[in-house]
Amino acid sequence: MTSPSPRTDNPFMTPTEWAYLAVLCALIFVLLPLALDGFRLNLVGKYLTYAFVALGLAICWGYCGILSLGQGVFFGLGGYCMAMYLKLEASSVENTRIQSTPGIPDFMDWNQVTALPWFWTPFKSLPLTLIAVVLVPTLFAFVVGAAMFKRRVGGTYFAIITQAIAAILTILIVGQQGYTGGINGITDLRTLHGWDIRTDSAKTLLYFVNGGLLVACVLAAQFVKRSKLGRILVAMRDKEDRVRFSGYGVASFKIFAFCLAAAFAAVGGAMFTLQVGFMSPSFVGIVPSIEMVIYAAIGGRLSLFGAIYGTLLVNWAKTTFSESFPELWLFGLGALFIAVVLAFPDGLAGLWRRHVAPLLTRRAKAPMPQRAATLPKGAPAE
Amino acid sequence: MFGEYSLGDLGAIVAMQGFAGLILFSVYVLMALGLAIIFGQMGVINMAHGEFMILGAYMTYLCSGFFQAHLPSVFPAYFFVAMALAFVASGALGILVEWALIRHLYRRPLDTLLATWGLSLILQQAYRSIFGAREVGVELPSWMMGSVQATDTIEIPINGLFVMAVTVLITLAVAGLLFASAYGKQVRAVMQNRVMAGAVGIDTGRVDRLTFGLGCGIAGVAGSAFTMIGSTGPTSGQLYIVDTFLIVVFGGAASLLGTIASAFSISQTQSTLEFFLSGSTAKVITLLAVVAILMLRPQGLFTLKVRR
Amino acid sequence: MAENDVGLESALRRRLLMGLAAVPAASLLPRLALAAAPPTAAINTTGLAVTDTEVTVGILHSVTGTMAISETGAQQAEKLAIEEINQAGGVLGRKIKVIQEDGASDWPTFAEKAKKLLVNDKCAAVMGCWTSASRKAVLPVFEQYNGMLYYPTFYEGLEESKNVIYTGQEATQQILASLDWVAKEKDAKTFFFIGSDYIWPRTSNKIARKHVENVLKGKVVGEEYFPLGHTQFNSVINKIKLTKPNVIFTDVVGGSNVAFYKQLKAAGIDLSKQVLMTISVTEDEIDGIGGENIAGAYACMKYFQSLKNPNNEKFVAAFKKMWGDKTVIGDVTQAAYLGPHLWKLTVEKAGSFDVDKVAAASNGIEFKGAPEGYVRIHPNHHLWSKTRVGRALPNGQFEVVYESADLIEPNPFPKGYQ
Repeated sequence: MTSPSPRTDNPFMTPTEWAYLAVLCALIFVLLPLALDGFRLNLVGKYLTYAFVALGLAICWGYCGILSLGQGVFFGLGGYCMAMYLKLEASSVENTRIQSTPGIPDFMDWNQVTALPWFWTPFKSLPLTLIAVVLVPTLFAFVVGAAMFKRRVGGTYFAIITQAIAAILTILIVGQQGYTGGINGITDLRTLHGWDIRTDSAKTLLYFVNGGLLVACVLAAQFVKRSKLGRILVAMRDKEDRVRFSGYGVASFKIFAFCLAAAFAAVGGAMFTLQVGFMSPSFVGIVPSIEMVIYAAIGGRLSLFGAIYGTLLVNWAKTTFSESFPELWLFGLGALFIAVVLAFPDGLAGLWRRHVAPLLTRRAKAPMPQRAATLPKGAPAE
Repeated sequence: MFGEYSLGDLGAIVAMQGFAGLILFSVYVLMALGLAIIFGQMGVINMAHGEFMILGAYMTYLCSGFFQAHLPSVFPAYFFVAMALAFVASGALGILVEWALIRHLYRRPLDTLLATWGLSLILQQAYRSIFGAREVGVELPSWMMGSVQATDTIEIPINGLFVMAVTVLITLAVAGLLFASAYGKQVRAVMQNRVMAGAVGIDTGRVDRLTFGLGCGIAGVAGSAFTMIGSTGPTSGQLYIVDTFLIVVFGGAASLLGTIASAFSISQTQSTLEFFLSGSTAKVITLLAVVAILMLRPQGLFTLKVRR
Repeated sequence: MAENDVGLESALRRRLLMGLAAVPAASLLPRLALAAAPPTAAINTTGLAVTDTEVTVGILHSVTGTMAISETGAQQAEKLAIEEINQAGGVLGRKIKVIQEDGASDWPTFAEKAKKLLVNDKCAAVMGCWTSASRKAVLPVFEQYNGMLYYPTFYEGLEESKNVIYTGQEATQQILASLDWVAKEKDAKTFFFIGSDYIWPRTSNKIARKHVENVLKGKVVGEEYFPLGHTQFNSVINKIKLTKPNVIFTDVVGGSNVAFYKQLKAAGIDLSKQVLMTISVTEDEIDGIGGENIAGAYACMKYFQSLKNPNNEKFVAAFKKMWGDKTVIGDVTQAAYLGPHLWKLTVEKAGSFDVDKVAAASNGIEFKGAPEGYVRIHPNHHLWSKTRVGRALPNGQFEVVYESADLIEPNPFPKGYQ
């Protein structure tokens, strides 16, 4: 479902892909809500917010060959934008009467901040917040991407720079606690434009909104993948120089893919804040950023649907195992990283394609794509 | 700020602050050296670097316990044994990891990031299972604690001098090894052109394995030395890893000189700012400066080749 | 390894409990053995996991991640207390069943697990959390689903909730009496503050600064914060040498602590001459710092392992018997031990497991068997407790050099200190 098929004028989605999409929709909108109680459904909702990040990584890493170890930055920025709006709404003058300065978030009051900082002001308005949720992380991605890709920095080096950025942003947020809530993050969020997001019915509704947005993002990613743009991305990944010599501006395409992944992550972050009720710097740092990469890797880095299933599976395993065997879980997660790299570089999607899909399709069509053809070959160690 | 202090006091502080900066510089070089060697040679980022350091620290801990129990007479000198042991243990583990994991991934450098990250999780949990979740206290010989009284007012911490000495020795040893030995010639040949090096009969696999082992071994020595100034626990490696990555990235990652220059500039900036501003403000300003420079010059200070 | 066993057991128990909860009729059947215990229907009107023989309590600490270092002691103490209660016949005739969850040093995970303990497992009470951040993350969950949390750490105050009992000290309780003591005994006029950069050290130092400047008429000659996990303190040590404060007042936490004291000693600052007062180092931390590196420092806490009273001797012996001879007991560990006992006393006074009744009955609960001595719950859900100053010894223990005469009133929103 992922490798470019031999035909060039293929439609937006093949029948098989429509079927996959239908299965995904059935799972998210019918099966899970019916099978799970409110608590578990909310958990799945939380996992699905990570799926936005994994989806972005599938485009940016799988198709374009840019491994970002700093996607937590964009997830976090999106989440923080949403959290700032919600916090301002929760900090109305009557809610914060006991503070020395009523009407500002409680953590500011504790840190002797007496007036709302300028960069918090736009978040009094919901439309501006919604714009900021997508725009701020995307712009940030644009600045980082432009600086790196225009100078042809890529590969491992790009990965560790994004990681350094994630670390630095965490320290910044933690250090400026009067303005950001510090290590505690922004907590105790209550209402969205007057609508209480803590009730069970609100959580269920948010789950469906989240699912809808995710499907929309899948369609957007699918559009990119199927368009000519997607082909250029793959070509760039496999032989960047040839694409450059053919007259394409390689950097701009990379920047686009990176920004798209950032925008997806930001939407996920905002939905996370809404469903979980707080945002903290622990999502911005190195650890969550790398964990999000493993979701995409487990699902199959070249598969959009795989990214979602990978996220669900890893998180489900994490919750289940860490409830009973917290020690074993870390060994398991570590082994998962190594196994997916050594033994199953195509992840779940690869297993599906090689073992399950052939059983399902009676009439064999084109021969199965070879692994070597779909994996980024990469240059020999430089 | 300084009006109320005497000139003698100020002179002493400037001298001690200079040493504080040099000590920080040594610590940074020692942390980053192992990582830089591996990256420079193989293009592999070893995300488990911090855990290799902590392995060295735990070896020191075991050594101190052993010497206290069985050889109390030579306890004052145990630290040298511990450092040698730390090098051997971390190096051996490094060679094992290279053989079992890394060598399968040379064609996919990005994947080594993930694999070594997985390795770091496993090692952390292994330390926790073996040594417990709490930090362990490493007993140090008494001569290593305390300070040298240079003048009435100038005091230099001995452990700082010790770290500086270790750093200088190891850096010299590495430089000697890379630039003046047959092995070094092979390493540089493989680094410049792997295929050609193989064609002229260099066993590139063996060179890679030894280099990875060397980098990990140096991490082990660093961890051992840091028991004097820091904590030893399952997750202590994480405390160093951010600084280490920044230094390597900032230095351009591929050259020894770059790493040293980057460690020097970051440590001096931070140490000076820390003195004139408060601790976390200094850290933030240093980091912002690093990011700003990386945006203008993302390939780092010194660079051989990062273009793809 | 112990955690592993408990994890497995609790997993099995959980399955059993879920089974039991699914057949409420079974739990209504009177049992011969429990003729004396009140019927379940009367003492549990809100559907908590209470049967005729069992009541479920949650433990929520980090078993993995960076905070596991600190939280190990707390969860050990809670298990000890629960074991003791069970051996003495349980609570209202019901044995306590423990469900332990791992917060994994990750605040959202704490919130997720707290919700699970309340919503799925219907725990009657939860003992847990350590950092302010984890408490802030779970607080809305406890308020929304009406749970009961016993929180053991000394903390910054500025909080009060119907659903939380704070068994550690809030900042004014911990700090003020000790500052008075150091000013009087050591004739201290100048102070240098060093802390990790987050809410607790900043709030504590703010309170300390107001007290030093307004009450003691002293001077703060420096106030420095370092990012969590910072390991290089040579520059600030030079600043200390330059400003020569009478007292170094520290609230550095975690791995930074170890680095700070080792470097302080190496820089030639002799803690037997230079007064250093810390509010963040307990016996637990000294384990990692090394007794010889911090000997001579003063710590203000409400509890030290070396306290001499019959309650404490019994507690220390029991703790070592359960968790091994080498374990040490710090302030938070003791405060965690209070949680289950206070909850038991409260439930028995209320005559019910219902959270609303327990919350209402908490006011005025006295626990005479506390290792730290007598404690009592204040209407603001904090504890009346004494404050003590201990001097660190090379063997990693503290020698108590000062103890407040009376119990000190908890005051989480201190007037004049904000």
